Amino acid sequence: MKRSELISRILIVAGILLAVGAPLFLWARTPLIHARMAEDGGWSPDLIQAEVGKPLHLKITSDDVVHGFAVGQMDMQSVDVLPGKVTEITLNFDKPGVYTYYCTRWCGLNHWRMRGTIEVSGTPSDPEPATVPLYVSLDLDLDAPHDSPIVPNGKPSATSGQLLETNLPIDQGAEYYRSHSPYQIFADLSNTSLTETQRWDSVAYLWQINTTPESLANGRQLYAQNCAACHGETGAGDGVFADDLEIAGESSMQTMEGAMDMVMQSPVDFTNPRRMLGASPALLQGKILRGGMGTGMPMWGSIFTEEQIWDLIAYIYSFQFEYER
Amino acid sequence: MNRIELTRIPFIKNALKSRYPQLAVFIVMLIGYIFAILAGLIGTPVGSHNFSIVFVWIAWWAILILVAVPFFGRGWCAVCPIPLPGEWLQRGAILNPPDKRPKWLNLRFPKMFRNIWLQNISFLLLALFSSVLLTTPNITGIVLAAMLFAAIGLSTVFERRAFCRYLCPVGGFIGLYSQTAPIELRIKDKQICVKCEGKPCYNGSTNGYGCPWDVFPGGLTKNTYCGLCMECIRTCPHDNIAVNLRPFSADLAKPSTRMDEAFKAFIMLGSAIIYAGVLLGPWGAFKDAAYNVGSNAWLVYGVAFLAFIFVILPSLFTLGILNTKSALPLKQRFASLSTALIPLGLMFWVAFSLSFVLTNASYILAAFSDPLGLGWNLFGTANAAWQPMLTSILAPAQTLALVGGLIWSARTAQKAAGEVKVSPIPVIVYCFIVTSLMLWLLL
Repeated sequence: MKRSELISRILIVAGILLAVGAPLFLWARTPLIHARMAEDGGWSPDLIQAEVGKPLHLKITSDDVVHGFAVGQMDMQSVDVLPGKVTEITLNFDKPGVYTYYCTRWCGLNHWRMRGTIEVSGTPSDPEPATVPLYVSLDLDLDAPHDSPIVPNGKPSATSGQLLETNLPIDQGAEYYRSHSPYQIFADLSNTSLTETQRWDSVAYLWQINTTPESLANGRQLYAQNCAACHGETGAGDGVFADDLEIAGESSMQTMEGAMDMVMQSPVDFTNPRRMLGASPALLQGKILRGGMGTGMPMWGSIFTEEQIWDLIAYIYSFQFEYER
Repeated sequence: MNRIELTRIPFIKNALKSRYPQLAVFIVMLIGYIFAILAGLIGTPVGSHNFSIVFVWIAWWAILILVAVPFFGRGWCAVCPIPLPGEWLQRGAILNPPDKRPKWLNLRFPKMFRNIWLQNISFLLLALFSSVLLTTPNITGIVLAAMLFAAIGLSTVFERRAFCRYLCPVGGFIGLYSQTAPIELRIKDKQICVKCEGKPCYNGSTNGYGCPWDVFPGGLTKNTYCGLCMECIRTCPHDNIAVNLRPFSADLAKPSTRMDEAFKAFIMLGSAIIYAGVLLGPWGAFKDAAYNVGSNAWLVYGVAFLAFIFVILPSLFTLGILNTKSALPLKQRFASLSTALIPLGLMFWVAFSLSFVLTNASYILAAFSDPLGLGWNLFGTANAAWQPMLTSILAPAQTLALVGGLIWSARTAQKAAGEVKVSPIPVIVYCFIVTSLMLWLLL
């Protein structure tokens, strides 16, 4: 074999090995978290291991549309994950446990299914006792009908209620407010001389004094990011995905737990007074924490902190009550 | 017609005669090609950030259709890496002359397929799936790999470059449009070829291989089937092969009479029109149909695509030339007069390609630094923002290309009509109508 032929063969084989080997080697050494719309697999991998005290460095990319990345129960800003681009983020965990990471962008009809888990091992530096959610301690049946038999003619006004505030024969504390539905308190006020409208205004006032403008603002932001896609910006259950659910028709139907019948998903209308005035904050806490079993409503217990959930609930009631501006 | 022999310039002649410059380019192209396959298979599925999509369907396509084909004809084929592994395997050598006994089956390609119908079909197959192919890296990776393996497979069964000559979906239209290019490989003196013993340019010699494209250079009258591989320059013992600079579309003065080539012109013309409407137009339903491969809408799109190319365009053309007075049969008039569609089709593709190339060229910078979408920044350009380029000149450039193509076609129609002794008017009117349609779609 001529020397030139030999050199050519060596060069070509080396070139092919380089073209195949180098990218494969570098690819294998660059672990990425891939974000895809839930219909195409969601997060991959959807289970990440971490250790308390050791920074967790993540590289995340999107394989389709713009997604967002955030870890529930953590004080962090969500980051955008752009198609074909790599977003890097470092997380520090000071408590062991199972954390949920989730998509924060309305990426598709099943956006809320885009969740993964970070298992953080290690010893807690300061163990915290587990607290039982209020709805559990009240033993509420989250799926029982809870419609209000009476609804006000208009939107009850907290400002009007404030004028009637003196001598209200009810507990104005947080526990009372959280464990009673607006209708229950309306009923509790039946032995007063207040008219029906005044009683509803008093309820609105009670709701207002159990929240703050900061909590409402936080609730509004949480609602806009996480709830409005289905429940609509105005709370009417007409978010952008509500239309998609309707268009998807049978393909978006689900079975309720234990039953075989397919049920059409339909986001709850928070502007419906019959439904909302019959629900206590504790009941809503349960629904948000647990999710709507068998419906499209996801469970948020692993994502929102308790404080965030109360803020969100306070904001949701603003679809029923006219608060002081 | 005036021609300038480029091979009279010693630098050019030496560069073409030596195997090493071409081999160096081959190695780089092959590495790039294999990398493109790999990038398609393991890189980000986001097409706009994957090397396989950005470099093949934006960078390579831009170079091919805007530069290589119009100015160098089959210049791309001269450096294309696809046939190389198969050819090296077939020869059992890279630079050494082949053994006298073939290593593989070395069959002649079946006679019934020795035309470009298979290339027409392979192009249409890709065209029907193009919406997905052009945007999905792993599909592009699979298609690129399939072409490489098909070329290897055909090289072990058939003699010479059967893949390039009869199957390559790109080679078919490059060959058609290479007739318009201002460059050609031709013999200098026919008598020398007639007297030449052994015809080493076709059969090979110790100096090189017989024409891989199955062409006898002594009979070359048009660029269509000459792959510019330069083997004949190396094997000709009489220094009788020249690479010439010539006027544009010199080959079209003598129109083809082959139906496979005539339909190639319609396929290319029709595809450009459909792409302009479907990929660049404002009709979402068309786009959805083209993208949803396998759906009923896609089937309708496919049938409409094929009907437009094989029925509507040729039927209207036939209707136009039906009443031209000539002693020649209609089939021959059809084939010859369709030559006029070659420059028009090329300019349609130039105009169409300008749209998406200028719109998407900025992706090249980002993909250059991060070819697999793994977060690399090799050359500091990974975060280059998407930015359409030269938008102010796009519409004028497209108009110029289309109107220029129309004038070019009209001139070609005059020559072709002169050859078959009919009036060129129906063909010119036809060209005017389809150009108007293309102008409406693009502007």
